[in-house]
Amino acid sequence: MADTQTIEKTRLQRFFGSDIWYSFTRHPVAIVSAIVTVVMILAAIFAPYIAPHNPFNLASIDLMDASLPPAWYYDGDPKFLLGTDDQGRDILSTILFGARISLLVGFSSVIFSMVVGIALGLISGYVGGRTDAIIMRIADVQLSFPAILIALLIDGVARGIIPKELHADISIYVLIFAIGISGWVQYARTVRGSTLVEKSKEYVQAARVIGIRPFTILRRHILPNVMGPVMVIATIHLAIAIITEATLSFLGVGVPPTTPSLGTLIRIGNEYLFSGDWWITIFPGITLVVLVLAVNLLGDWMRDALNPKLR
Amino acid sequence: MDLLNINHLRIEFPSRHGTVVAVDDVSLTVHPGEVLGVVGESGAGKSTIGNAVIGLLEPPGEMTGGHILLKSQQIDTLNPEAKRKIRGRRIGMIFQDPLTSLDPLQTIEQQLVETIDLHLKLGEKKSQERAVDLLRQVGIPDPENRIKNYPHQFSGGMRQRVVIALALCAEPEVIIADEPTTALDVSIQAQILELMRRLCKDKQVGMLIITHDMGVIADITDRVAVMYHGKLVEEGTTEKILGNPDHPYTQSLISAVPRPDIRLRRFPMVNYIEEEGERAKNIDLSTHWLGRVRDYEALEGPLLSLKNLVMTFVTKPALLKRNRMTFNAVDDVSFDIGQGEVFGLVGESGSGKSTVARMVCSLYKPAAGAVNFAGTDLTRIKSENERDFFRRQMQMIFQDPFSSLNGRMRVLDIVAEPIRFHKLASSSREVEQIVMDLLDHVGLGAQAALRFPHEFSGGQRQRISIARALATRPRFLICDEPTSALDVSIQAQILNLLKDLQEELGLTMLFISHDLPVIRQMCDRVGVMKTGKLVEVSATEDLFENPTAAYTRELLDLMPRLDQLSHKGLEVEAG
Repeated sequence: MADTQTIEKTRLQRFFGSDIWYSFTRHPVAIVSAIVTVVMILAAIFAPYIAPHNPFNLASIDLMDASLPPAWYYDGDPKFLLGTDDQGRDILSTILFGARISLLVGFSSVIFSMVVGIALGLISGYVGGRTDAIIMRIADVQLSFPAILIALLIDGVARGIIPKELHADISIYVLIFAIGISGWVQYARTVRGSTLVEKSKEYVQAARVIGIRPFTILRRHILPNVMGPVMVIATIHLAIAIITEATLSFLGVGVPPTTPSLGTLIRIGNEYLFSGDWWITIFPGITLVVLVLAVNLLGDWMRDALNPKLR
Repeated sequence: MDLLNINHLRIEFPSRHGTVVAVDDVSLTVHPGEVLGVVGESGAGKSTIGNAVIGLLEPPGEMTGGHILLKSQQIDTLNPEAKRKIRGRRIGMIFQDPLTSLDPLQTIEQQLVETIDLHLKLGEKKSQERAVDLLRQVGIPDPENRIKNYPHQFSGGMRQRVVIALALCAEPEVIIADEPTTALDVSIQAQILELMRRLCKDKQVGMLIITHDMGVIADITDRVAVMYHGKLVEEGTTEKILGNPDHPYTQSLISAVPRPDIRLRRFPMVNYIEEEGERAKNIDLSTHWLGRVRDYEALEGPLLSLKNLVMTFVTKPALLKRNRMTFNAVDDVSFDIGQGEVFGLVGESGSGKSTVARMVCSLYKPAAGAVNFAGTDLTRIKSENERDFFRRQMQMIFQDPFSSLNGRMRVLDIVAEPIRFHKLASSSREVEQIVMDLLDHVGLGAQAALRFPHEFSGGQRQRISIARALATRPRFLICDEPTSALDVSIQAQILNLLKDLQEELGLTMLFISHDLPVIRQMCDRVGVMKTGKLVEVSATEDLFENPTAAYTRELLDLMPRLDQLSHKGLEVEAG
């Protein structure tokens, strides 16, 4: 039947027909920031294939190339488009590899926060009573400390209890855990609020009358209906997580210098800023700013597009 | 002389999916001292007309044709500043919700005096006197003192009186009232309508009253205009429209109004508005899954028997039991429902009727008492698995069709969920077939299965809800205000459907409603609830003809009188 075909749309067709896609095509800022974000993510993922040098291959590094300015300067080397650092590593390549670490830590810690926050928020909102009170008071206590402080604290404790030789290997996971755990509160609060609203809706009661167990109700009925605001928070949180990682690395407590992230690069370059080698710190800095700004603008657009009151 | 002239009005709402014509070539006239009713169902464009007259069309709506004349002066082309001067001064407005149409941070006096002074320039002293005088006219006792109060210190009905005073304060020539009594209880509705009518006659003000409620129309209007899909289908005196309508839409609308005075077999002629969707094939219930003999034993005596049921809610929580404040939402309620019987539970909001339903289907655990279903006390069941057996026999239809379906699931999955959960079918193919048959059986058509709930109207969503409730092959159905969120014609269709299903499947029903005429059409026996207590239980016809409890008599007296309504085509059920 022709009728059935018009009704049955694929997921993709429904997405392109949706209001959110319509809103996206009408927002040049959203389009540009989406393109920038996607390009940067792809560049980071494929860094080993597109980077002109491998900055971690000690054999390819020549100290004679140290501190070369960008290629368009008269003493620059066309081999190193954005110049080299104090050890002769190509800045462009280190940025590509550095962004890889930054994005990896950013995405992983956001997912970690999301999982913890959504789970606790759903439980808190659905079960209510004492469980709710305990979870929300813990959230309140954590919220009274700045996130960066908590991340620093966890990182410091981890350094204390983990043996030195192990530390370099697992420091990145410690960092993900530290940033992730410092961000779950927002998700938990938002999800709890939405859950309270959804819980009182009649479709949840209908599921209870059928006999569906609480876990299935949470997973099948409530979770899909509270994901809208979570996606907005996650996008904005990604920008914050990247910045937090950069801050920690800049302070020297993040990833080890052997696998530099954007924050580490900025810190290394910072020491040479006054000796005139500005490119070592400025280019990673610009990359970080552009990446965070693009993600943030994308999050802002998404918040507006998903909020029917602002439409 | 004509007071307000609306000539060939056309209003369009351009949108991404094409232009919607909300009002199409509508002409209306209001004379001084006359009440003109504009009646229609949701989406008919009636409120849009009111907004256009006062110049407050919501963007992106725009007038694309016709004009509006106030005492022969064209007002729709005026600049915003001039329009603002007309609003309040020459055209008064009464909105639906008295809770939100007054400023909660200002006293009544501030709001009244400000408006009077702004429009009439009387000075503060004179304005104050006039404000007190107005409050007295709208029937607020002790106006000299009450005028110093804030809106929250008034009850809903009193607040609507204040809103009327506010609309009258600049002696307008026309008053537009948009659903002025929809948010009020029936008892207050009658008083407010009486007041509005009297003021209109005394002051020779023209009134345009917009409503979906035939009771309001019958009570207050002189003439009626019937709207359907943005078009004016019929206009005439109230007597003519209600008693002898010409247009088929008006006829079907009037035939769909539940009557308080007679019991119908079915609502006739209700297919005009939303195509009921013909059932593609008639299911032979003797062989079909839906009619298959249920695997529970036959039963002697009542199917459901409630014994001294009590439900307590904590209003002020505290750690120590003696510091807690509680209140009994349901207090010592007992009644029986026989097999195949439709039992009605009626009462005002807050009377505890929904709480009873929620205890019956185990959403709430009663504080005391027993829920005996088919001989088993459900309150004593401990394990969830044991309870599932009874859950399958008992399903519920909810009030709000917009929140009772999960918007992220396809209709197929919504209706299939109970079948899958209770493992009532052996293969996924069979599940799909059953769902399609169910959807077909409730008049939606099998293709509905592939769509999402937001693609359906309120009445269609309620049909999906009913299909889901039938999916466990229940023998007991709880309907909690199943039609109170629907338009009257859709309500008639859904009530017809429920009646048919009840007869076909021999269902036992607990039917909850605040609407006595609906109860009369649906139920065999009725229980009347007031503040958690059951005040009367009797057979429906006895209850309406010879109520015993004083409270029941009170409720019956408050029902809108609809004696003038046409009886054309109605088939009265013999008692």
